[in-house]
Amino acid sequence: MGPAGRPSVVDVAFPSGAGVIPDASSRAKAIQRLRLGDIAFRFLTKTAAIGVLIILGGVLFSLIEGSLPALQAFGIDFLLEQRWNPVTEKFGALAPIYGTLVTSLIAMAIAVPIGLLIAMFLTELCPMWLRRPIGIAIELLAGIPSIIYGIWGLFVFAPFLQDTLQPFLIATFGNIPVLSSLFAGPPYGIGVLTAGLILAIMVLPFITSISRDVFDAVPPVLKEAAYGVGCTTWEVVRNVVLPYTRVGVIGGIMLGLGRALGETMAVTFVIGNAHKISASILAPGTTISATIANEFTEAVGDLYTSSLIALGLILFVITFIVLAAARYMLLRIERRIG
Amino acid sequence: MATMTSAAAMNSLYAARRRRNAIMMTLAVGATLLGLGWLVVILGELVYQGFAGLSLAVFTEMTPPPGADGGLLNPIIGSLILTVLAVAIGTPIGMLAGTYMAEYGRHDRLSTVVRFINDILLSAPSIVVGLFIYEVMVAPMGHFSGLAGAVALAVIVIPVVVRTTEDMLMLVPDQLREAAASIGMPRAITIIRVCYRAAKAGMITGVLLAIARISGETAPLLFTALNNQFWSTNLNAPMASLPTVIFQFALSPYKDWQKLAWTGALIITFTVLALSIVARALASSRKSP
Repeated sequence: MGPAGRPSVVDVAFPSGAGVIPDASSRAKAIQRLRLGDIAFRFLTKTAAIGVLIILGGVLFSLIEGSLPALQAFGIDFLLEQRWNPVTEKFGALAPIYGTLVTSLIAMAIAVPIGLLIAMFLTELCPMWLRRPIGIAIELLAGIPSIIYGIWGLFVFAPFLQDTLQPFLIATFGNIPVLSSLFAGPPYGIGVLTAGLILAIMVLPFITSISRDVFDAVPPVLKEAAYGVGCTTWEVVRNVVLPYTRVGVIGGIMLGLGRALGETMAVTFVIGNAHKISASILAPGTTISATIANEFTEAVGDLYTSSLIALGLILFVITFIVLAAARYMLLRIERRIG
Repeated sequence: MATMTSAAAMNSLYAARRRRNAIMMTLAVGATLLGLGWLVVILGELVYQGFAGLSLAVFTEMTPPPGADGGLLNPIIGSLILTVLAVAIGTPIGMLAGTYMAEYGRHDRLSTVVRFINDILLSAPSIVVGLFIYEVMVAPMGHFSGLAGAVALAVIVIPVVVRTTEDMLMLVPDQLREAAASIGMPRAITIIRVCYRAAKAGMITGVLLAIARISGETAPLLFTALNNQFWSTNLNAPMASLPTVIFQFALSPYKDWQKLAWTGALIITFTVLALSIVARALASSRKSP
């Protein structure tokens, strides 16, 4: 199978004698050497596999160790307090946690329906020759580094929102009781809503490509039966495809959510980095990852640094749970199909 | 026979179903156009803003102080060093781990656990990786360093390579392994000489995807490699990289820094897109025969 000139297996096993039958002792020696090499290689690969587990353990352990001072100093209050004061060294994680959850919620509310619609287009409507190019183009969106979304969001998208969507929202909902506080305040451009919208664009490809893959896995006979009794395309998707792929679609959504929760650079650029919880989603806020990215290198004092690491620990635990649930669901649908 | 009224009712029900279908299909087309539109808008803006600042000086001069002319030479070199080092550290570990899962322990408990954990690491927030390396390398060493940055990126490379190596080795037909075993080939040599060779294109794809993934990573570098305004290839000192320079320059109030940030963004994006397109082409050329 190799090109000419490469040593064959026999040469590897018996380097000395090409064509010569070696005596029994050197043969035994060669076999012994091969067996040792085999054991060594197996050991090496197993060590590397365990190394992956060690990385996860190391991440968890170092975060716990680093956040101990803050957790000991503030206890459960760390999770419940909004204050974030480097001068008096009083820290609470509520504002970043709130910002992380709200931006992710906005992102999912927008990206899930759009992602599912694109997946439906790609599997049911799109002509065959267009499926691959469009699929690849959507996946390229996932390949663009997050800092690019950040710089684009800051210089292009935020000013655009400031001039168009935000004044519109303020004017439209200004007189409606609950919504007026949700869309209150001057249109800054940057803020929670902008971060949520950018996140929506970023997680869209993940949701789209996984939904497309699980939609494709629906047995054609099920869909053909539904079409055969006169269902429209939408009815087939609504009543056959979605129920069949529900677990996989939810898995894909959770995977996107995991991305949105941990996304750093894009959010850091556009969220405004304000340590407070505002009722208005037009106001600046902060997320866990944006707080760490902005403040970690400038943090003075052990308690400040430790509080930021504790934020990292909270983020890691939240995303771990979400991602583990996502993987579990995707495994379930894989098992059913495979 | 149905009466006239129920026939009319049937017709209007049918019309309603048709109408609902038309609405949903229009929305689906609209959503796709929206998704593609974002790609066009973002890339268009990047090309428009980035090309304005693109010149030879970008590749030959150091990052300038505010108000002066300069280029991006030191961050480009820094990014190259960090990426090469990260791939050199991460690829062997990832390949070996993937090999264990696909060849030795395909169904054992260790592989199942590692597969699950690896998939989580694959999408874990990269800023947490930065914190991890800060804790285990930067804090004990007492200073930021290029080496710490490379290790942080390697931690991101490993899961990508593990995943593709395992997937690609799984695709190698078992007949090849059986044929090798039947002529008395030891397992290790079978893997290295037969399986790796059969899965080569796919494994290279994995490495390319890993490079694409880390060349835009910023968060894990912020508090490991930090940044450096000056020329430095010392791995034991802070090192500049394109993403961190973009971060710093884009958020600065200086117009020429912002312009360089756009140019840097253009360079990174097209590197990443080119890598992922090459990786894709490689993967699909492997699949077709």
